[in-house]
Amino acid sequence: MAAPRSLQFDTLSLHAGQRPDPVTGARAVPIYFTTSFVFRDADHAAALFNMERGGHVYSRISNPTNAVLEERVAALEGGVGAIATASGQAALHLAVATIAGAGSHIVASRALYGGSHNLLSYPLPRFGIETTFVAPRDLAAWKKAIRPNTRFLFGETLGNPGLDVLDIPSVAAIAHEHGLPLMVDSTFTTPWLMKPFDHGADLLFHSATKFLSGHGTVIGGVLVDSGRFDWHAAHARHGRFGELAQPYDGFHGMVFSEESTVGAFLLRARREGLRDFGACMSPHTAWLILQGIETLPLRMARHIENTRKVVAFLAAHPMVAGVAYPELESHLSHALARQLLPRGCGSVFSFDLRGSRKQGVAFIEALKIFSHLANVGDCRSLVIHPASTTHFRMDDAALAQAGITAGTIRLSIGLEDADDLIDDLRRALKIAEKAGA
Amino acid sequence: MELLVEGPQGPAAAYAYTGGKAFDAALPCVVFVHGALHDHSDWTLLARWCAHHGHGVLAVDLPGHGRSGGAPLASVEALAEWLLALLDAAGVERATLVGHSMGSLIALEAAARAPQRVRALVMIGTAYPMKVSDALLSTAREAPLRAIDMVNAFSHSGIAAKPSFPGPGTWLHGADRALMRRLQADQTALNLFHHDFSVCDRYSGGLQAAPGVACPVTFILGARDQMTLAKHTGEFAQALRAQVRRVNAGHALMSEAPDAVLAALRCALA
Repeated sequence: MAAPRSLQFDTLSLHAGQRPDPVTGARAVPIYFTTSFVFRDADHAAALFNMERGGHVYSRISNPTNAVLEERVAALEGGVGAIATASGQAALHLAVATIAGAGSHIVASRALYGGSHNLLSYPLPRFGIETTFVAPRDLAAWKKAIRPNTRFLFGETLGNPGLDVLDIPSVAAIAHEHGLPLMVDSTFTTPWLMKPFDHGADLLFHSATKFLSGHGTVIGGVLVDSGRFDWHAAHARHGRFGELAQPYDGFHGMVFSEESTVGAFLLRARREGLRDFGACMSPHTAWLILQGIETLPLRMARHIENTRKVVAFLAAHPMVAGVAYPELESHLSHALARQLLPRGCGSVFSFDLRGSRKQGVAFIEALKIFSHLANVGDCRSLVIHPASTTHFRMDDAALAQAGITAGTIRLSIGLEDADDLIDDLRRALKIAEKAGA
Repeated sequence: MELLVEGPQGPAAAYAYTGGKAFDAALPCVVFVHGALHDHSDWTLLARWCAHHGHGVLAVDLPGHGRSGGAPLASVEALAEWLLALLDAAGVERATLVGHSMGSLIALEAAARAPQRVRALVMIGTAYPMKVSDALLSTAREAPLRAIDMVNAFSHSGIAAKPSFPGPGTWLHGADRALMRRLQADQTALNLFHHDFSVCDRYSGGLQAAPGVACPVTFILGARDQMTLAKHTGEFAQALRAQVRRVNAGHALMSEAPDAVLAALRCALA
């Protein structure tokens, strides 16, 4: 018998986690707009609640449409399963709430999306969870920051705002040496550009709002487990993961790491986190994200192709002081990008405009195709001027500390014709130049 | 549940999952035996159902697998002796033995060796002989991670099985791959994949054991199983006078069709 081959990425993008509906024959994924699912009898009901049978009970905890999305993202990432959440922020919170509590500690890269930084810096300390932020390239700092109560290490595959490439193999090795998992935010790269589990990460999440959905229509998140981290062994060694390796009163004394050798994290995240915190995804949102994922390989290829052309244009333009894109030799993460991101470094990047804040504003307002808004990963090209929007309260010194200048512009390159994007940028740069005269 | 089980090298710690309830040896006992390069977590749903429906449950990790200590044992016969010793350690006089794939052969051999101790025998995803192709054995020896992917692809009949196992949102191919990789990595004394598949391949006592089995026998077979083919089950089922139940699944029956396997198991336990 010929050895079967595992299905490849493009096929999984279209098929993983779904089979034609056995009742209706529907080929596309149906949207199961129902809050709840009828029990066959009292014993079936009790068995579902007690995890003697698999199945759906209530759409806050699981839903057939969401399950297709969850399995599909897990398949693309090489994970054991996933949980769809109300947003990327909800995915991060679900991960934290599953393995950390009052008295816990997290070590995180300093180069994070502002929303993640906010969650770790302000609300979580109020609940007794502290975070130490480290420079992502400083491996000694990662190691030094680990404490006996640390629960996980956390970074972004491509860090905000400068696109520092996280050295996942090295940071994962540090985490594992200390009996800890590494979690990454994989939003900017998607599994098409990088599969963090192949490099040693244990958990990951996406803001599916961005490239997975790809059309700027819905807010959603997905939390994925590699199934590689041995919570039982780590708990036996350091006593850190009682949430997964000790009986849990909130679910019939269940020991999640006994129930599932490789899926304990997701079991608790769903059985407690979705059940009790409730940040679930709407099935309609799941369906829209699935529509996006069906074309993810095609879109990502075009995002990268367009980005490379725009980066080349900007890097050669006299009004541009610098472009922060790891494929450029000038970028500090260039070597790591070649190793970990051979297909490309995403389509979100920043560049520095020569001139004042006023010129930055003039540039933004002159653009016609790029939309001025606070999002990335849309099929349409987007732009934002941090100094006049997201970071407008900061003076120039504070901006510099955050790696932002008065002229920093962040672009998210979409799927339009690259020549049209370049024409739009060229014209806006001319207007910005005149605004400084 | 931790037990101390006598083996060929002396006593060794053995782990058995008890289905979410404390084990009670006074209840009718069901023992679940996993297949090659797997562990007790194959049985979670079935074991929980049995434990909450009047049975004492022992879903074992075989020696050198998962949480059980000791060296992996080299033959189906040795594993059957170990299984009977585990019953002794747990204070179980009689039990229903339920095995999957390699585990089904171990259960068979135990039932033949101690017929008075086995109430019923349930063989899931079984066949005899359980020959393993030379190509798979050599890949297992030289590139076990590639062999895991081969077996994973052979074992699943499709790209999605609903509602998934142990619950919605699990990517079955990924979960099975991760489990096999974990067990392979944790067993540092030998290549566990090659060891287990060699144990299946070498077993030649199936038809000789059959007459010794005194209890009712049920086969639960995957209609789309590519690992243990239907052509290798007919004569075997006849020799064991087995009732054959087919479910719409591949070799990974318990994860692809947990409800159908439970329905078949309930008939065998009735």
